[in-house]
Amino acid sequence: MNNQETLWLPEAASTVAGSVDALFYFILWVSTVLFVGVIGAMILFAWRYRRKSPQDRPVPVRENKLVEASWIIIPCILVAIVFVWGFRVFLELGVAPPNSYEINVRARTWSWLFEYPNGAASTELHVPVNRPVKLKMSSEDVTHSFFVPAFRVKQDVLQGRYTYAWFEATRQDTFQVFCAEYCGSAHSLMVTSVVVQSQDAFEAWLADNVLDESLTPAERGERLYTQQGCFACHSLDGTETTGPSFQGLAGSVRTFTDGTSTEADANYLRTSIVNPAEKIVAGFEPLMPGQYATTLSAEEVDALVAFIEEQ
Amino acid sequence: MSAASHSYLQAGRGIGSWLLTTDHKRIGILYAVAIATFFLLGGILAMLVRTELAAPGETIIGPDQYNQIFTLHGVVMVFLVIIPAIPGILGNFVLPIQIGAKDVAFPRLNLASWYIFMAGALMAVCGWILVGRVDTGWTFYTPYSSGASNAVLWLTSAVFVAGFASIFTGLNFIVTVHKMRAPGMTWSRLPLFVWAVYATAIVQVLATPVIGITMVLLFLEKLLQIGIFDPALGGDPVLFQHFFWFYSHPAVYIMILPAMGIISDLMGTFSRQQVSGYTFIALSSVAIAFLGFLVWGHHMFVAGQSALSSIIFSMLTFLIGIPTGIKVFNWVATMYRGSVWLRTPMLYALMFLFLFTIGGLTGIMVGVLAVDVHLHDTYFVVAHFHYVMMGGALIGLIGGMHYWWPKITGRLYNETAGRIAAILVFVGFNLTFFTQFILGSQGMPRRYHDYASFMASYPEAAMLNMASTAGSYILAVGLVMILVYCLHSLLRGRKAPPNPWGACTLEWTHTGPVPDAHNFHETPLVTRGPYDFHIADDVFGTADKDL
Ligand code: HEC
Ligand SMILES: [Cu+2]
Repeated sequence: MNNQETLWLPEAASTVAGSVDALFYFILWVSTVLFVGVIGAMILFAWRYRRKSPQDRPVPVRENKLVEASWIIIPCILVAIVFVWGFRVFLELGVAPPNSYEINVRARTWSWLFEYPNGAASTELHVPVNRPVKLKMSSEDVTHSFFVPAFRVKQDVLQGRYTYAWFEATRQDTFQVFCAEYCGSAHSLMVTSVVVQSQDAFEAWLADNVLDESLTPAERGERLYTQQGCFACHSLDGTETTGPSFQGLAGSVRTFTDGTSTEADANYLRTSIVNPAEKIVAGFEPLMPGQYATTLSAEEVDALVAFIEEQ
Repeated sequence: MSAASHSYLQAGRGIGSWLLTTDHKRIGILYAVAIATFFLLGGILAMLVRTELAAPGETIIGPDQYNQIFTLHGVVMVFLVIIPAIPGILGNFVLPIQIGAKDVAFPRLNLASWYIFMAGALMAVCGWILVGRVDTGWTFYTPYSSGASNAVLWLTSAVFVAGFASIFTGLNFIVTVHKMRAPGMTWSRLPLFVWAVYATAIVQVLATPVIGITMVLLFLEKLLQIGIFDPALGGDPVLFQHFFWFYSHPAVYIMILPAMGIISDLMGTFSRQQVSGYTFIALSSVAIAFLGFLVWGHHMFVAGQSALSSIIFSMLTFLIGIPTGIKVFNWVATMYRGSVWLRTPMLYALMFLFLFTIGGLTGIMVGVLAVDVHLHDTYFVVAHFHYVMMGGALIGLIGGMHYWWPKITGRLYNETAGRIAAILVFVGFNLTFFTQFILGSQGMPRRYHDYASFMASYPEAAMLNMASTAGSYILAVGLVMILVYCLHSLLRGRKAPPNPWGACTLEWTHTGPVPDAHNFHETPLVTRGPYDFHIADDVFGTADKDL
């Protein structure tokens, strides 16, 4: 099987990719033949029967039943083949093998979070090679879509309902994950990677990423900063993206769209997280999600504040 | 009694004679002017989108502006251009004359439709400036649109209002075709354009209320906080998509069927041959109008609907695709042993066959379940529907406008300019959109303001996007050129003879160079079919000799 990138398709790195690609190329070639036939006939007729004089009075053509039957039956056969084939591969794509390794996927405006059975969590997806992985996905806000071109896998991720996808990666490498369902300002930046590792490397990575209870609040805050997706809108190095950077935020004077201003003390930071709509920082849109008051515990908010104060 | 003195163009003077007219021909022109303006607007927005995408990163506009612009581009092109264009302009102008009627069944309702359409259109465009900009995409998917600003409600109301214009126009045409045919104009003597607009009218009447209802539900949810679509309120996250496509897939047929009607007429006239498979084309249009209601779920193979529904929808999609394929074979076969005259309208008809065949075949590709999983929501889909909507519906419209232009304006346009523009449009279009097939199957998601991240895995994306943008400029030059020579023709064009193409349908054979205000001096008696070129030597007129 050819796994390299071709003119039409990206590299193939999952067990199902080969079946999808074979079908894709079958349709492509049949289509090309049909297209050349139709357009070839069109050009041929346009030339062969071109008008020679305004007096041309062509004799009406009798309909030829054989020709007509053939152009009904042949497409029907082709379409039946393609449908049944597509249906089979679709089942392959849809049904995860029973022994799959299950990972939770959470999508939220502009970032992904992957949660593993042992409690580890990451914003990049790590998976073992040659082992079926099943994703159990849900969204915290609008509809997103999990898309890995190299695996030929795509599935919309919804709020309030689980959707599933599965794949078995065949090669150790890093591939891109895109959000394929339009989700607002930074839709095209809602990108991450899937890192395919050997079983050993994967297990070592898992062990390193389990939540550690002995962390300081600021360290826990740093973790939450990634896990909760704050990084999608707030940088740590001073660059302004969708939201203000956290660098030097604590203690600085903030001006708001209503003209008032205040110093960013711990209380201000706390309110900004749990009730972002109360004050909108001048120069920004009210785009910060409003759900943190319910999704974060009091300790988690404290940890985030402690983390921001260190930046 | 010279024909010119009765010309509908001279039947009244001043702006009032246009804005208060009930003449279907003048109403057709009102639509033409309005839609041409919206097309220009939608086109400019498209150029902004393509210019932004010429290079990765931010090129001319930021992400929020970009999202607003592609949204407005979609809304304008779909709801204000493609859906109303052919029924509104050519359906109005041509259909009553083709069946030998004096006007449509309800002339005042016809005028009212135009005003309702304009009200919806101005609501959409002015709302953009006065109320606020929308960035949801023309599909208004919830829950994204639930969280967006209230400007969404304004825009969806505009769509709601414009929908009524579509319903009324459909109603008018259905009654007109049933009740107003001239003596001898049997169903089997109807030109295929009439059949197509008739089938379209059925879809307009049956499908459009659904989008209206959906927009009302969206309204209720936002204003009264009743959970319908928004999961945060307890609604169903994919219900909106079902409702939306329940209208918008049939709407694809509202867009494409009338163009197919134009192509049938063009192929017959410019091949001087019976249109092959007349009965099949006529009846399959009506069949498609009904079957089109059963395939909406093929937009949602990865949206989270059940696998069984996906399978059924995929199967029905293929069933509906087959008659469309057969029509293409019929059109090509029409040229066989004909006398093919490659004038500008015919160039567009051939261009339609080329582009629409690509659109149709790639439609099969995205209709296949397993392949669609990979292609869905990528540029492959963007390319596919532009081949169908622009390469099909709009190229059909442009071909039809070139065909009926002499009858509408009484003047000819410059043929050489017409051919050059057609070539520019063809080259530009393919360069713009063919490249997008490759970008899409390589995995570039649609509605991307910045594809730098995608380039990390596919560096060729830069080159292909640049080519696509260059193509869109060529396409724009071709379209502007059409505008220029049409304006020139209006002012300076040569006078057209009554039947410059040697066509066989009533608007060419039974009216003067420009139709009378009441179309015919006396009600025509129809004794032959619309493409009976062989028995109607006298109807070709003599004018084509000196063209
Ligand atoms: C979708 C983008 C987005 C995400 C995700 C997001 N924010 Fe924000 N945030 C913003 C924007 C925009 C502002 C500025 C407007 C405002 O004041 O609400 C902001 C403002 C703030 C402020 C006040 C900053 C200042 O300059 O005064 C704090 C503190 C903050 N966010 C913390 C967080 C934390 C903690 C998280 C993660 C739990 C988070 N944000 C997630 C967009 C986001
Ligand atoms: Cu997303």
